[in-house]
Amino acid sequence: MALLDVSDLHVAYGAIKALQGITFTIGEGEIVTLIGANGAGKSTSLRTISGLLRPVQGSVCFRGVDLTRMSVDKIVKLGISQVPEGRQIFPKLTVRENLEMGAFTRRDRNEINDSMERVFSSFPRLKERLHQLGGTLSGGEQQMLAIGRGLMSRPTLLLLDEPSMGLAPILVEEIFSIISQINSEGVSILLVEQNAAMALSVAHRGYVLETGKVALQGDASALLANPQVQEAYLGEG
Amino acid sequence: MRLTWLRTPLRIIAWMVYAALSLVIVYGVYRLIQFKGATYFFQALLDGLRLGFVYALIALGYTMVYGIVRLINFAHCDVFMVGAFSSYYAITSYGWGIVPAIILAMVVCIVLNIAIERMAYKPLRNAPRITALISAIGVSFFLEYFTALRFVFGADFLTYKRPFDVVVWNVLGLSISNITVIIVAVTLALLALLLYIINRTKVGKAMRATSQDATAARLMGIDIDRIITLTFGIGAALAGAAGVLYAIAFPQIWTFMGIMPGLKAFIAAVLGGIGNIAGAVLGSLLMGEIEVLTVSFVPFGSRIRDLVAFLVLIIVFLVKPTGILGEPQVEKV
Ligand SMILES: Nc1ncnc2c1ncn2[C@@H]1O[C@H](COP(=O)(O)OP(=O)(O)OP(=O)(O)O)[C@@H](O)[C@H]1O
Ligand SMILES: [Mg+2]
Repeated sequence: MALLDVSDLHVAYGAIKALQGITFTIGEGEIVTLIGANGAGKSTSLRTISGLLRPVQGSVCFRGVDLTRMSVDKIVKLGISQVPEGRQIFPKLTVRENLEMGAFTRRDRNEINDSMERVFSSFPRLKERLHQLGGTLSGGEQQMLAIGRGLMSRPTLLLLDEPSMGLAPILVEEIFSIISQINSEGVSILLVEQNAAMALSVAHRGYVLETGKVALQGDASALLANPQVQEAYLGEG
Repeated sequence: MRLTWLRTPLRIIAWMVYAALSLVIVYGVYRLIQFKGATYFFQALLDGLRLGFVYALIALGYTMVYGIVRLINFAHCDVFMVGAFSSYYAITSYGWGIVPAIILAMVVCIVLNIAIERMAYKPLRNAPRITALISAIGVSFFLEYFTALRFVFGADFLTYKRPFDVVVWNVLGLSISNITVIIVAVTLALLALLLYIINRTKVGKAMRATSQDATAARLMGIDIDRIITLTFGIGAALAGAAGVLYAIAFPQIWTFMGIMPGLKAFIAAVLGGIGNIAGAVLGSLLMGEIEVLTVSFVPFGSRIRDLVAFLVLIIVFLVKPTGILGEPQVEKV
C-alpha cells in the first residue's frame, strides 16, 4: 500500500474545473514531484490533500484512511504538513512563534524543542533571527522559515508548493539540497515545482499535469530524458 | 515603488506635522488650564481616562472579532447592555457584591456572544461579507427590542443600585471616587490578563496567527472554529465587565443603553486602527478624553458630545482611514 493514494480526483472552484480526474501515488520514503504550467492544478492538488478543498469526486487516502471528509487539523495530526505557495508565514509573529505554531498539534515541550533544534541544524540562519518578526525576513529566509515551520509538526508526508519561487539560483540549490536531506531522514515529500529541472533532479518519480489531468508520469530520470518534457518544461529540445 | 525618492521629504513633512500638533496640544492644555484652573482641567482629564477605560473594554471586542473574522459585530454593544442588566438583577434581587456581579455578567455575555456567532454568523461564513454584516445589524435590533419586552428587561429606565456606598477621596484637589478606582483597577486587571493570554499562551499566539493568515493557521492544524469561538468569548467577557462598570458610573440602564457607548468604542477602535489591540486601547483613551474635555470646556459641550465622536470618525476616514496604529491593509485574494 502506498503512503498516499490519490485516485480520480475532481476538484472545482464553482464552475471552474481545476482538477479533472488525476491519479497518483506516493510511496513510503519517496520524493514525488508534480510539475506543470501555471494553472495546471498543482496547488489545487495540495490544497485538496490538506483538506482545504473538498473534491467533487475521487478520493485521497493516507495509509488507507480516506481524507476527503476530514478537517484540516485532523489531517495535520495524521502526519501531513503543507508548506504553502508564497510561504504564508505569519508576518507579525517572531521566528520562534512561527515555529511554535508549526508544532500547534503537539504537546510535549521537550520534543517540540528537539524539533526546533533540528530545524536550526538545517537552517542555522533561523536561529540567529529567532526574535525577529517573520515579515522582516528576506525572501529566502522566509522560505526557510516556512519549511522549518512545516517540519515542526513532525510530518510523515511533507507537501511543498514551489519552494524555489522567487529565490536566487544559489539559494534554490541550498533549499533543494535541504529537501533531499529531509527526505533522507525519513520524511516522504510531494514537491510541486515550476522549476522542473531542479525538481526532477531531486525527485524519485514525477507526474506532469496539464489543465487538471496527468499528461505524463514516470521515474524522474525518464521524465528528464523525455523529449516532450524537455520541450515544454525544461526549455530545451 | 517608483516614488521612493518622495519618502524622505514626506517623512520630514510628517514629523513637522506631528511636531506642530504636539505644540498645538501643549498650547491648548496651557490655555485650558488658564481658562478654568488646573484642578478643573485635571479633574476632566481623570474623568476622561475613566470613561476611556470603559470604552477600551468594549472596543477590544470589536477589534478582536474584526481581526479574526473581518466582521463588525454590531450586536456587541447589546451584549454590553445584557452584561449591565444581568449584574443589575444579581445585585438588586440577590444582593451580590460587585466582583461576583462582574463575573456573572462576563459569563452571561460569553454564552450570549458565542450563541450569536453560532446562529447568526457561522452559517454565513462563506457568504459575501455584507450578508454577515446585515445579520449582525439584525441581531442587534433583535436584542434591543426583544429585551425591551415586559417579560424580559422591560422598556423603562431602571435605576442601577450600586452594591457599595460611594466614597470620594480628595487627592491634591482632585476628587477621586471609589467608582473610579474600581473601574481603573478592573480594567487594568482584565487588560493584563488579556495581554498575557494573547502574547504568552499557545492559544493566544494561535489567535494572532489566525488574524494574520487564516489559511496558513489552518495548515498548522489550528481549529479555526475554536479560535473564533474563543475570540467572541473573550470580547464578550470584556464587554460584560464594561457593562457593569458603565452602569456603576452612569447608574441608569435600559435596553438601548449600549448603542452610544458601543458606537463610541467602535469609533475608538477605528481611530486606533481596527484589528489592532493596542490601537483599541489608545483610541479608547483618546475618545474618552475628547468626550469629557468637550463636555467640560466647549459651550453646550454636553449637547454636542456625541456629535464630536462622529466628527472624530469622519476625520479619521479623511486623514488616515487605517487609524493611528493600523497599517495599510492589502486586501487578500
Ligand atoms: N480560488 C480560486 N477560485 C477560482 N479559481 C481558482 C482558484 N484557485 C485556482 N483557481 C483556478 O484553478 C486552476 C488551477 O489552479 P492552481 O492554483 O491549482 O494552479 P497551479 O498549477 O498551482 O498554478 P501555479 O503554477 O500558477 O501556481 C486555474 O485555472 C486557476 O485559475
Ligand atoms: Mg500553484
